[in-house]
Amino acid sequence: MDRRTVLKGLAGAGGLALSGGLSAPAIAQGASARTLRFVPQANLANFDPIWGTQYVVRNAAAMVWDTLYGIDSSFQPQRQMVESEEVTDDGTTWTFKLRSGLKFHDGEPVLSKDVVASLNRWAVRDPMGLMIKANQQELTAVDDRTFKWVLKQPFPKLLFALGKNNAPVAFIMPERIAQTDPFKQISDYIGSGPLKFAKGEWVPGAKAVFEKFADYVPRQEKPSWLAGGKQVMVDRVEWVIMPDPATAAAALQNGEIDWWENPIADLVPVLKKNKNISVDIGDPLGNIGSFRMNFLYPPFNDVKARRAVMMALSQEDYMRAIVGDDNSLWKSLPSFFTPDTPLYTEVGGDILKGKRDLDAAKKLLAESGYSGQPVTCLVAQDQPITKAMGDVTADLLKKLGMNVDFVATDWGTVGARRAVKAPPGQGGWNMFHTWHAGADCVNPAPYTAIRATGDKAWFGWPTSPATEKEVTSWFEAKNIDEEKAAIGRLNTAAMDDVVYAPTGFFLGYTAWRKNVSGVAKGPVPLFWGVSKSA
Amino acid sequence: MLPYILRRIVSTLPVMAIVALFVFSLLYIAPGDPAVVIAGDQASPEDVERIRQSLGLDRPFLIQFGSWVWRILHGDLGTSIFTNLPVSTMIGQRLGPTLSLMCVTLLLTIAVAVPLGVVAAWKAGSFIDRAIMAFAVFGFSLPVFVVGYVLAYVFALELEWLPVQGYTPLTEGFWPWLQNLILPAIALGCVYIALVARITRATMLEVLQQDYIRTARAKGMGQGGILFIHALKNAAVPIVTVIGIGIALLIGGAVVTESVFAIPGLGRLTIDAILRRDYPVIQGIVLLFSFVYVLVNLMIDVTYTLVDPRIRY
Repeated sequence: MDRRTVLKGLAGAGGLALSGGLSAPAIAQGASARTLRFVPQANLANFDPIWGTQYVVRNAAAMVWDTLYGIDSSFQPQRQMVESEEVTDDGTTWTFKLRSGLKFHDGEPVLSKDVVASLNRWAVRDPMGLMIKANQQELTAVDDRTFKWVLKQPFPKLLFALGKNNAPVAFIMPERIAQTDPFKQISDYIGSGPLKFAKGEWVPGAKAVFEKFADYVPRQEKPSWLAGGKQVMVDRVEWVIMPDPATAAAALQNGEIDWWENPIADLVPVLKKNKNISVDIGDPLGNIGSFRMNFLYPPFNDVKARRAVMMALSQEDYMRAIVGDDNSLWKSLPSFFTPDTPLYTEVGGDILKGKRDLDAAKKLLAESGYSGQPVTCLVAQDQPITKAMGDVTADLLKKLGMNVDFVATDWGTVGARRAVKAPPGQGGWNMFHTWHAGADCVNPAPYTAIRATGDKAWFGWPTSPATEKEVTSWFEAKNIDEEKAAIGRLNTAAMDDVVYAPTGFFLGYTAWRKNVSGVAKGPVPLFWGVSKSA
Repeated sequence: MLPYILRRIVSTLPVMAIVALFVFSLLYIAPGDPAVVIAGDQASPEDVERIRQSLGLDRPFLIQFGSWVWRILHGDLGTSIFTNLPVSTMIGQRLGPTLSLMCVTLLLTIAVAVPLGVVAAWKAGSFIDRAIMAFAVFGFSLPVFVVGYVLAYVFALELEWLPVQGYTPLTEGFWPWLQNLILPAIALGCVYIALVARITRATMLEVLQQDYIRTARAKGMGQGGILFIHALKNAAVPIVTVIGIGIALLIGGAVVTESVFAIPGLGRLTIDAILRRDYPVIQGIVLLFSFVYVLVNLMIDVTYTLVDPRIRY
């Protein structure tokens, strides 16, 4: 018996004692060319993409569950699990046929009844799903591979709704799982996608593992975002949760991880200098920074006060506070929509263009009747983006002569307090900061933040009948020209009423080791097509 | 002794009950809402309310507290609001890394701090003493995360001797286990080493003035024997006390250390749970930490009888 044998024996005995007999996580296993180690943007704290709609859950779910359609990089829905579809001339009856050979991770075939149950669960939680459900006559399985959706009125955006990548996504699950109440979390993660979720290895807050599903049948088309052939090139994808960006940067440089989804701007120069690391824009749709003003209480219940703030705000100040001096990472945004997408418009966005006129803004604010009452401004300090924007806003409001009640708190508290409709001095608020994924702002369908239905609208409860009228126009548009015209009018109306204040458009980087190839830009991290050499 | 230990264990029950009530009340009045976090940014207020109802968070305080206590009495710490996993499973997953980190830190501390303190007392007033005390002040002053980053930069990134982050269970081998813990244990142990070294020095200085030490010297006993057999044993009670109190320091420090070195331990679980307002997990962890602290205090009291036969309960 040699020294190593003795040590191994001791290790085995000690290990059992230390782990208390329970299985322990193996975070730092030896690197393997068949295992891709990935640091996601956040912790995968739950894994039900319908119950919880956080982006990180959607990103993980996109590996495990497939969709009927997938939106490609030109924003067109492409067939994914569906082989063919037919629609009647009046546009009310859709008949879909599934591809043959589709299987769930437990080996069972994907059947129409699974699709019907999945769509029923999704439709309860998704804004577009709710619209379809309200317009639905019936959704039924015709046979094992065919299902039929009968609507009362045509819904031109149906395929977009089924393929969109905005959460909640219409993922297809086995019927027994999809029958779970949409407001209760599932605990069975049998999927239909190219990777299986290794539930036994999941350590929330530390690690999530996805294994290649051998029976997945990819489409033959070239992959494009959530559409096309999802060909998985590695055996395992390990998500390693790293809350500390400096640690993630060091681990990437040291080769302990292969891909870091969203390195912070401050650390990118260090990564760019490393010859073993590639750095590029991750999501070309980026993000739109914003702050929302409460329409229910003074001073922002008066459109003049909201316009005064818009007239004075400098998007450059906000963007530099978020991304630093890298000018390639941001753009001014006289719009509510994502730049470089088909419906992008600057029509009506003049208020955000040109030199800032502080004097005119002060005059307008005075006309609104503002008389120095405190403006309660919620700022989450644990989110670098909101912290940066909050500091700029506080400065802006002070320059306008406003009395700022700066509430420095954490994101969890902002999340709860922004839902309070009480007056600002009694637990409510006047203003809070957030940001929207560019993918959610390409058109009004997934864009909750642009809706202005008053009491039913998103936090701030904006009321703007003109904005809502144009949202309806867009949904009813029959071609791209009609859509563009509606979006132009919508942007104008939302700017006039200041539904919210866009603070600019910003992009983020992603970084990976050079022995990893096939990393593609997209609104979600795309693991198909990614390979790794030793 | 056994009746004393049993009495002490029974006396922990009211302590745990008070801790439980305090923690539950604190979380109830704290701002934040897990339903909002779960629902995500796109959710409507109605969706948030339905999630809150499904989680039972809309029930009155006393009913929520009563049902939690009832489950605890049946050995059930509850289920995480977010992960849908039993809290006991989540704590079990994280116990190994945290225990490993604390054990290695504790051993490192005793191995470094006690000899340093003894030598400083022996060479009191000399350059060696001043150097050791300067090191102790330095150790006190440096925040754990600063030490962690510097260590990771030097030993992982520059020298490539050790990994930057992660944890490997002991079942996968002693060296893989240890190599992930060396840097975190040094970072976490800095303050602790400084504290124990200073206490050891102060206590030893007092003991070294005693008559029996002079007698031992007069008998011709070697310096090592005097220091480590006679003096240290008699100085052990306050040192053991500080080491025990330091366990609380380690629990607090582990939260930061585990974040810096991406160790999937209880510290990180605590932070994640607090930020998400995952109430059952926070309550479970605080109860566990309270129990550990009470247990450590009991162990310290028992240890007194081993190092000083005059102490009897």
